[in-house]
Amino acid sequence: MSTTGSTDQRSGQDEAADQEAATSQLSTAPSEERLNVPSLGPIGWLRWVWRHLTSMRFALILLFLLSLAAIPGSVIPQTDVDAIAVDRFKDDHTTLAPLYEKLQLFDVYTSVWFSAIYILLFISLAGCIVPRTWQFVGQLRGRPPRAPRKLDRMPVYTTWQTEAEADHVLATARTLLGKKRFRVHTAEGTDSVASEKGYLREAGNLLFHISLIVLLLAFGAGQLFKSEGGKLVVMGEGFSNTLTQYDDFSSGSLFTAQDLDTFGFTLKDFRAEYEMTGPQKGSARDYQADISYWEGAEGKPKDATVKVNEPLRVGESKVYLQAHGYAPKVTVRDGQGDVAYAGPVPFLQQDNNLTSSGVVKVPDYRDAEGRKDQLGFQGFFVPDFAPNSGTMFSQSPTLKNPQMFLTAYHGNLGVDGGPAQNVYRLDTSNLKQFKNDDGDALAERLQPGDTMKLPDGAGSLEFEGIEQWANFTVSHQVGNGWALAGSLLAIGGLAGSLFIQRRRVWVRAKKGRDGRTVVEMAGLGRSESTRLPEELAGLAASLYAEAPRPRADGQEAADRTAEPGRDAAAEPQQDEPHGEARPDDVPGARAEQAGDGGDSAPGEPRDGRARPEASGQQTEGERE
Amino acid sequence: MNIAAATNESLAEISNYLIYSAMAVYVLAFVGHIAEWTFGSRSKVARTAAALGKGATGAKARAANARAGEAGEGEESADAGAPSVKVKSGSSTTVLEPPKVVTRAGRRGDVPDGPGAAGGDVQGDMYGRIAVSLTVLAFLLHFAGVLTRALSVQRAPWANMYEFSTTFAMVAVGAYLAFLLAKKNVRWIGLPLVTTVLLDLGLAVTVLYTESDQLVPALHSYWLYIHVSLAIICGALFYLGAVATVLYLFRDRYETKLMSGGKPGGFATSVLERLPSSGSLDKFAYRINAAVFPFWTFTIVAGAIWAGDAWGRYWGWDPKEVWSFITWVAYAMYLHARATAGWKGRKAAYLALFAFACFLFNYYGVNVFFNGKHSYAGI
Ligand code: HEM
Repeated sequence: MSTTGSTDQRSGQDEAADQEAATSQLSTAPSEERLNVPSLGPIGWLRWVWRHLTSMRFALILLFLLSLAAIPGSVIPQTDVDAIAVDRFKDDHTTLAPLYEKLQLFDVYTSVWFSAIYILLFISLAGCIVPRTWQFVGQLRGRPPRAPRKLDRMPVYTTWQTEAEADHVLATARTLLGKKRFRVHTAEGTDSVASEKGYLREAGNLLFHISLIVLLLAFGAGQLFKSEGGKLVVMGEGFSNTLTQYDDFSSGSLFTAQDLDTFGFTLKDFRAEYEMTGPQKGSARDYQADISYWEGAEGKPKDATVKVNEPLRVGESKVYLQAHGYAPKVTVRDGQGDVAYAGPVPFLQQDNNLTSSGVVKVPDYRDAEGRKDQLGFQGFFVPDFAPNSGTMFSQSPTLKNPQMFLTAYHGNLGVDGGPAQNVYRLDTSNLKQFKNDDGDALAERLQPGDTMKLPDGAGSLEFEGIEQWANFTVSHQVGNGWALAGSLLAIGGLAGSLFIQRRRVWVRAKKGRDGRTVVEMAGLGRSESTRLPEELAGLAASLYAEAPRPRADGQEAADRTAEPGRDAAAEPQQDEPHGEARPDDVPGARAEQAGDGGDSAPGEPRDGRARPEASGQQTEGERE
Repeated sequence: MNIAAATNESLAEISNYLIYSAMAVYVLAFVGHIAEWTFGSRSKVARTAAALGKGATGAKARAANARAGEAGEGEESADAGAPSVKVKSGSSTTVLEPPKVVTRAGRRGDVPDGPGAAGGDVQGDMYGRIAVSLTVLAFLLHFAGVLTRALSVQRAPWANMYEFSTTFAMVAVGAYLAFLLAKKNVRWIGLPLVTTVLLDLGLAVTVLYTESDQLVPALHSYWLYIHVSLAIICGALFYLGAVATVLYLFRDRYETKLMSGGKPGGFATSVLERLPSSGSLDKFAYRINAAVFPFWTFTIVAGAIWAGDAWGRYWGWDPKEVWSFITWVAYAMYLHARATAGWKGRKAAYLALFAFACFLFNYYGVNVFFNGKHSYAGI
């Protein structure tokens, strides 16, 4: 230890204790005591575990584990994020997938092991915050520790002699420090002033950690009670917010159907603007849906516009516009000439120019002989078809030359019974494709108004026109406000914790042997980026102005002030060879070295014993 | 409409030329820095060894060094910008010099900072100054390039990886120049910074190049400006911190070797000797990382708010979000390590590098390897 001299062990120890007291309580960080395996039975063990759990080192390990544990979720598809990708992955990796499933690797962020890490972390956090808060309150009620005996051992130090009376110097120092918003204290019968500043650092740090808990609770509540559903609405049609209406729906484990807000809307109009040139030609620049919505059981309809980034807020729900596309309007007649199906059929976007694919399923159908059968059409809708382009892909997302390419099947659609079916895909395993006269698969290109005739009088499909559709996500979230408040408070606390320095300044003034007053000032900061030397220099300059060095006979002012430290008791040498050699030094760089010294040298080891001694010191020094 | 489109394209072209010119000037600055380091190697100052070796070896000597009042090894004087004091006595005003403030050295005794790349060599210093001037010129071209790009698309210049990379490098250089302007001791960053900026720009104009274009609707939000611009600024500053951390690791090993009586190789003696002391490098890195951390936190929060508006949930574990989170936790870990006994110094430095690696991966890796909601960023 740097403070222990080689010859005088005893005074070295006293000194160490003295300095420890001065350093103590500059932070509420948990002490870094050695945690030996206890031999105290169950209670001892519990205490041991708890101490470990709330130690900085354990928090560090947990943070590390948390960051590692988050990684797989970005590599392996997650059910919550993209369920379709998970299914695809399971199909492609038949050996890995079951293993992954066992390890909950498709649901990393809700998995037992991920939860275990962050729950432990937050237990640790809470177990750390509570004692730290009490300690901090104690520090606020207490007083800055009194000056150590040897001020020149402190990281930042200055001294000079003056004719001014010691009491006068101390009184001036008190006012000066008080004006600079230091907490000042002079213990009775001492020759020194103790002061401290920057408590906000600690407050900010605690606020930050508490806010993290608020944030986590809000996030957790949000996950448990959330719900999210998607609904595709064709223009002119409507939606009301009940479970059965959704195309797909997912919710947190504590969500119940009663949590759904009562509202609904109809899609009145949809407008989109597209990029017409450049490499991203075709991608939407802006789109918006005009809707009319009602709220509550008997709410009056109100008009609103939903845009990207601008959801509609109803109650606790938000309605987002997700995607849009075209829905060709078709009428299918059966072999008897009766209408078997009529209406717009949403086709799903395949590329930037809205080349879309879709199917028309006709489950109730009779063929030319009147036998029951089922029909299925599959194909593409192309809003801007260019016959000479050599491709059937759309040239732009606008309806410049809309065309539909269809093939037709009959047989078993598989819609009744069996696993739920994707309405946008045709399962052709039990279907037979219609053939044309040449024996090739029947495939036709249709313009609006065209009719596709099935062979042998099996019926027809008429392409009547085009409707637009929009896809909405309705999400119900709780705790958002809390999460936002928590995160903003966390940032505020963090700023306080990282930008504010906590530091102590002591001033001692006493009569020297020659009858003049020796003024000593010393500073100590815990944090690494303290600008303590500058600050102390500033304070010293102010104090010096009040209690300057006496005028030595016959000397000019400039001379006498050149080396004010000259006659000081512990005279430091100031002419360092390398001092000038760094012209563009960071002004604060040296200051930090000082802070570091304060951090490690006098206070080390910062173990559990530091605290009781410190509080003893405190009560002893406090009586005003 | 057509006329507007035409000017846009020519602006975009001008932007490309400006970026290429900036690269050319950066190359010259790079050469200047190399000359600075080369000429600087003529000076043979070994002040680190002197400072570390003065007493006997080992902890005892250091302990002695750290004691104030002894031969003066363990102290530095710093009048650290204290204001001079004016005192009026009667009619005459005298200016009082404030008393000198003495600071005690840190853990490793008092290791002085190196003299800088030029090593006190006059010619080296001249080349160094030329390199810095060239960097300023390159920065102006770079800035103009980014600006014209922004004007050509009439939006913020950071919607795809090309734009992000060019802006990112620009901010890093800008921050470096700002430090220089503020008279901070940062000229040692010059060479590594210019080198990596060249690499980054090279990558940007070849692999990552994307024609100027408008935004997909999800990017139409003022949160884009806040979130992405902050991400770029944080990244650029974190980068400076990372450079300092790497140099710290080298320099620290060099000092350790000297202290234990070893003899480092000639290259180390020549190059590392001229860097700031390990203590100064460490502090520089810490200050940057600590100062940027709250802003990085806010970047993530701003992103979450934006995601809440655009996608209906503020946090959905999208790969980009996951890696932002990992980066955040990693930096928090670093800050904790600094405050935990047994984790200061080299271990904390490794954590800082890990954290920055996460940041980089979040930016390059995630865009390239994963397909998340953020993938419209475009390569
Ligand atoms: C969610 C996890 C956590 C995060 C993100 C976090 C973040 C931070 C940050 C950024 C600092 C500022 C460091 C500085 O002042 O230089 C800090 C300080 C601190 N943290 Fe945490 N923390 C977390 C959990 C914990 C836990 C579980 C504990 C309890 C053991 C803890 C104890 C502390 C203490 C005592 C300090 C003050 C250190 C000092 O004064 O230098 N933290 N934390």
